[in-house]
Amino acid sequence: MAVILHARGLNKSFGAVTAASNVDVRVEKDSIVGLIGANGAGKTTFINLITGYLKPDTGAILFEERDITRLPPREITRLGICRSFQMPQLYSSLSVYQNMMVGLGVVLRNAGRGGYFSRGRPQVPGYDAPAEEVADRILDRFGLADQRDKNAQVLPGGMRKLLDIALTMVAKPRILLLDEPTSGVSAEEKFGIMEMVLEAARAEGATVLFVEHDMEVVSRFAQRVLAFYDGRIIADAAPEIALADPEVKRYVVGGVSRA
Amino acid sequence: MDPILSVIVDGIMYSAWLFIAALGLTLIYGVMKIVNVTHGSFYALGAYAGASFTGAWLARGYPPMLSYAVLLVAAVVITLAFAPLIERGILRFMYAKDEVVILLITYALFLILEDTIKLIWGVNPYFIAQPYALLGSFEVAGLSYPTYNLILVGLALAMGGGLAWLQHSTRVGKLLLAVIHDPEVSRAMGINVGKYYLVTFTFGSMLAALAGSFTAPTVSVVPGLGVEVIVLSFAVVVIGGLGSLPGAALGAVIVGLVRSISVHYLPQVELFVIYFVMAMVLAFRPRGLFSLAEPRKI
Amino acid sequence: MKHDRTPAIIAAIFLAVVIGGPWLPQWALFILTIAFAHGLVALGLMLLLRAGLVSFGQALYYCLGAYAAGALGKFLGISDIFVQMLAGAAVAGFAAFVLGFLLAKYRGIFFGLLSLALSMILYGLLVKNQALGSTDGFNILPSTLFGIRPAADWVRYSVVVAAAFAGLAAALLVHRYLNTPLGRLAPAIKDNEIRVEYMGTSARHAIHVKYVIAAILAGVGGALAATNVGHIDPEMAYWTTSGEFIFITILAGTGNVIAPFAGALIFGVIHSMAYDLSPNTWQMSLGTALLLLIVFLPNGLWSLFVRRKAA
Repeated sequence: MAVILHARGLNKSFGAVTAASNVDVRVEKDSIVGLIGANGAGKTTFINLITGYLKPDTGAILFEERDITRLPPREITRLGICRSFQMPQLYSSLSVYQNMMVGLGVVLRNAGRGGYFSRGRPQVPGYDAPAEEVADRILDRFGLADQRDKNAQVLPGGMRKLLDIALTMVAKPRILLLDEPTSGVSAEEKFGIMEMVLEAARAEGATVLFVEHDMEVVSRFAQRVLAFYDGRIIADAAPEIALADPEVKRYVVGGVSRA
Repeated sequence: MDPILSVIVDGIMYSAWLFIAALGLTLIYGVMKIVNVTHGSFYALGAYAGASFTGAWLARGYPPMLSYAVLLVAAVVITLAFAPLIERGILRFMYAKDEVVILLITYALFLILEDTIKLIWGVNPYFIAQPYALLGSFEVAGLSYPTYNLILVGLALAMGGGLAWLQHSTRVGKLLLAVIHDPEVSRAMGINVGKYYLVTFTFGSMLAALAGSFTAPTVSVVPGLGVEVIVLSFAVVVIGGLGSLPGAALGAVIVGLVRSISVHYLPQVELFVIYFVMAMVLAFRPRGLFSLAEPRKI
Repeated sequence: MKHDRTPAIIAAIFLAVVIGGPWLPQWALFILTIAFAHGLVALGLMLLLRAGLVSFGQALYYCLGAYAAGALGKFLGISDIFVQMLAGAAVAGFAAFVLGFLLAKYRGIFFGLLSLALSMILYGLLVKNQALGSTDGFNILPSTLFGIRPAADWVRYSVVVAAAFAGLAAALLVHRYLNTPLGRLAPAIKDNEIRVEYMGTSARHAIHVKYVIAAILAGVGGALAATNVGHIDPEMAYWTTSGEFIFITILAGTGNVIAPFAGALIFGVIHSMAYDLSPNTWQMSLGTALLLLIVFLPNGLWSLFVRRKAA
């Protein structure tokens, strides 16, 4: 299968803290990869490096053969790599609907539509409908239609997560990076959310990487698991194998943090 | 008659004045994280109180040599009359708001105080030259300077030294450090943060009032006295770093020397150059030349 | 979706000015013109405020616009009011384009203080500049419209019409801008810049654009004010002038493009009344009003008219 993303020899330290140590990963197109590891193991750093929020000390990141290492997050988003956040990043003074409209507005703008001199209601690329319709469509699909006019700040935790992910997927990314998509969500809802999100992602042909602490979610949804510890990848295999690995059991599943 | 020497002496004297004028502003920012526009009002209040109290003192024929003490007392009294009222009555309820909003609130208070001053003291100028004239002048390298300016220099050293001592060598100073870094945690640990804020605001305003009071004998005290002081103090404090005591000193010295140089060699840029330096510092080191420890962003 | 009534209201206001103008006394026309001039500045400030930025030095562009207009008359003998406004817009816009590269990197207090420093730099330069009259400033030629010099009685009226045209046209243009993706980005920038960046667009670029637009508006406002008053001086760049603009913006709130003009008018009227009644308590009233506004009506007077946030 084609390699869509290649993180090559990534190293990143903050003073005495090693956040990434020789991380080398090839991700295949259309795959679903789970990233596991204790807190501070380097999962979020990995996402931050790929999306340009952090720059590696050494190493490179290639998106379909193109070197994207030095690009800022907004460029990387425009190329089709989008991420959601551990703590939902929403526009707290706006309603759920307005949040979506901002996101769609950016998509329109990046496609050169909806500018000052445009007439009528421009179609959002990838949806073939004007922004107002698309916003409602997406909210519907994510089960947020009832919250449409509620202020983003007052939503319960699970819905904030959903909105965060919805905003991330607005641009129909080629690679979707989800940072703890089910954290803060009740146990009964976790599977439902993952199914909904992955189905939407697959429908758009996206490759998905997700960070998770819940091993049940990982076993159920990931095709491949990358286990992080101390900035290194200590296991890279199918979930059944990775989760049975003694090192993984010791440093990840057992929840032991760096001694 | 060495021109460079006169530039330096002029610069030092102006720096001393700038330092005492700006110190209160940086103290209040450092502890309370607010940019306090009423700083200019307290400067003016101090000037008016100093002028009128001293005027009354001298009119009654009391010893002129004690007028310096009167200036001091005037500043203290006028501050105590207004500062606690402002902090407890209004500011106290606003600390949760955005820092720009708080600045605008202090600006509103400044406007109110400007007219309050006019209502109390009228619009005619006050002029008490005696404490100034009394000390005569001294000579440096063939040029004569008013001896009174040495009082300003002395005041600058006393204030700076005093605050530094308070900060480093006293228990209050150390507790203050805790309040500066994290008011919420401090509260949780039993420190009465509200009291610290009240005392800081009053003390910082008093420093401004002292500056105004001791400047009064050198100028004609008129409405609008505080207006220019605010912007100049901003410039000094920003250059050195908001909240930093050594920063205020450095900022005062830089602005003082820069102004002195321009006054002697290129008078057209005198005003421009001060704000130019402020803009440059903001552009390249927004936290000032001596920044406080910054919390990590993410 | 609520039907957008703003363009209709704007058109109605313009008609009211044109038709009703000749019946108004000279002092009312004067105040009306100043309201449009100040309203323009406040409109620009509103754009920035929506993105979470308060400029403490907008007077910089107001003053640049005024001096540009004045210089046209003083050195080139041009007194056409539209050319003056264009000159104000061009000079202010260019300055903001250059300065924006620096300013767009800052937020909060630092943005405010830096903008303040820049306006004081202009003030300092003008005060010491003999060619432009230093602290006295200089007078500006009475305006002409398209080459015609109106009869003495009609001067104020023609200036008001020109001002109304400029102000209301600007309002319409900004209103349209606010409905574009870039315009809608403002509250998002204020709330969460990281999310904006991750959505795929540059917050800094958006702010730079808004900053330039705000400056152009202020420049036009300055040119109008200068023409109206007939005199220009460095005080127009002083920080207290910026303070008045901030007051008007807070009074107006960020709800609608007409609000800054309404705010400016209210301010202008109260200013003249209060100043006539008691010049020594004007600042106190201003300060008290500002305090009350911030505490009780943080969204400005406009929020009294709008019960619910429109979808």
